[in-house]
Amino acid sequence: MTVLTDPRSESASERPSGKPSGQPARRRSGSRKKNRVVLYVVLTIVALLIILPLVWIVLTSFKTDGDAIRNPFSAFPNPWSIDAYTTLASGQQPIFRWFLNSLGAATLQTVIILVTASAAAYALARLEFWGKKIVFGAIIATLLVPPVIFLIPNYLIVQNLGWLDTIWAISIPGAASAFGVFFLRQFFIGLPMEIEEAARIDGAGDIRIFLQIVLPLARPALATLAVLSFLANWNDFLWPVYVLLSPENLTLQPGLAQLQGAYSTHFAIVMAGAVIASVPVLILFSFAQRHIVESVASSGVKG
Amino acid sequence: MANEIALEAASRPGAGAPPRRARRARNSGLAAPRRTKTAYLFLAPFLVLFLVFVAGPAVFGLWISLTNWSPFRATQKFVGLKNYIDLFTPGSSTSGDFWQSMGATGIFTVASVPFLLVIPVLIAVLLNRAVRGGTVFRAVFFAPYVLGVAVIGVIWKYLLDTQSGIVNHVLGMLGLPDNLPWTVDVPWAWISLVGVTVWWTLGFNTVIILAGLKGISPDLYEAASLDGAGAVRQFFSVTLPGLRQVMTFVVTITILASANMFGQSYLITKGGPANQTRTAIMYISDQGLSQNNMAAASAMSYVLFVFLAIISIVNFRIQRERTERLPR
Repeated sequence: MTVLTDPRSESASERPSGKPSGQPARRRSGSRKKNRVVLYVVLTIVALLIILPLVWIVLTSFKTDGDAIRNPFSAFPNPWSIDAYTTLASGQQPIFRWFLNSLGAATLQTVIILVTASAAAYALARLEFWGKKIVFGAIIATLLVPPVIFLIPNYLIVQNLGWLDTIWAISIPGAASAFGVFFLRQFFIGLPMEIEEAARIDGAGDIRIFLQIVLPLARPALATLAVLSFLANWNDFLWPVYVLLSPENLTLQPGLAQLQGAYSTHFAIVMAGAVIASVPVLILFSFAQRHIVESVASSGVKG
Repeated sequence: MANEIALEAASRPGAGAPPRRARRARNSGLAAPRRTKTAYLFLAPFLVLFLVFVAGPAVFGLWISLTNWSPFRATQKFVGLKNYIDLFTPGSSTSGDFWQSMGATGIFTVASVPFLLVIPVLIAVLLNRAVRGGTVFRAVFFAPYVLGVAVIGVIWKYLLDTQSGIVNHVLGMLGLPDNLPWTVDVPWAWISLVGVTVWWTLGFNTVIILAGLKGISPDLYEAASLDGAGAVRQFFSVTLPGLRQVMTFVVTITILASANMFGQSYLITKGGPANQTRTAIMYISDQGLSQNNMAAASAMSYVLFVFLAIISIVNFRIQRERTERLPR
């Protein structure tokens, strides 16, 4: 999988007369050059089809309300304005409160996942115990169950706990991350045993081995899981739509749906909301791009 | 995203078989190889959450579907399979709308999955040939996937607006009709929902398929080209067979993702026109959580589950048979 992103391997495959790996050598270099041009033209068109709608949204968010309504097809705002953002900041819809709610819930859930999943994964990867197969099997089985199965019973459970319309509703139930346990178990199994065995001979117990040896070695996997968990919670839509009720307790995703209703034709304002909800995940993506893409890429390739 | 990745992680053999063997050997030499108490100490925090919010609810939901559960009733009565029988009885209060929503989910799945497979395969093949800039393109194609469905929904609702949307405007500039009702009439609404979903998630499948392509040996292409196979022939006799295993995974998670579609319809078409794009998830959540029809909605969620389970099993069977027929 490192082949995918390692810049060294990329430049290495360039060196043999620019012959891409996996491609047969061709004699006519003229047609090869033409093929190369067509290839990059097609890729660029696809990239533009993905980027341009997003650029359009950002540009619209900097239009004044009147400009966006009167001139929906002029590319550039006239004048450039942050009216849409100030309207959101001062308006009926507490979008910055939603932002903090999203941030709080996603952070809390991520922390709980990291703690609980890493400990569980250590037991499943390193310890022999009674009922291991049952526990492991149960965790696998739930990964194959569509999430809608849990919707109604979990709603009732959250209601009985008195958690409806609170941050607990959107951070605790989803923290039972079977995926996280798997993901870390796979990683722990791949770690070399020698250091742990040496520590055990020196009299270290499981808790010390887990905290001082396994966790530090697993830092890359923990970082990837943290990013994936944060993104999943930040972007969750269906569940918060139903368990959050009062306007000030919403997160950004159900909040955006509210904005769309409240400002249906005031496109600049709704787009400003979409930008606010997207900026944190896009920043996170730009930093953790390789971790995210690689963990997805490796999901389909059998080890 | 998380669940889909885990699906595969689950079935993947551990990367560290040698260390595991080493541990077993060591354990057999010790007096007490089993450390049940310690293990459950480590497992406890996760298991509490897992039992309360995953395993428990799965059973609890099944129980609800066998009762006349209602938030307005003090006690619930066991009614057996009544809720399920109602769903399969034409003319009952829920069966018509439920099967309409199942039909909508079916239409969306059948319409979206081919595009979500073919386009990523083509893009991945191109990316695999790109020597320079491959990782940049890959990141760009993947980027929309990290945005939430709510963001995707509200921005495309605007971009596809009949009067103010840029999509119709661009079509007009190209001399095409500029007044298509993208979000308010069928079949346009279906085209919009499929198109938006492809735009949003194509990078996810592309990245997985690209990883599969990297695993195909260059020697196979070399041999094929020595045998005189052109690019098209190579694609069908080397690339596609080489991707079989990865594609089984991608097909399965794509079908499941499409069958669970909710946000796009909820935000872009509001399920309309006349509930024609209201998906099963949309109808189940509305019945269960807005209309207080929890028992029936639980039954519906289990019916949907059974459908998806059958599709997954059939898909795996077909792929396995194909693999066995063509030993590679």
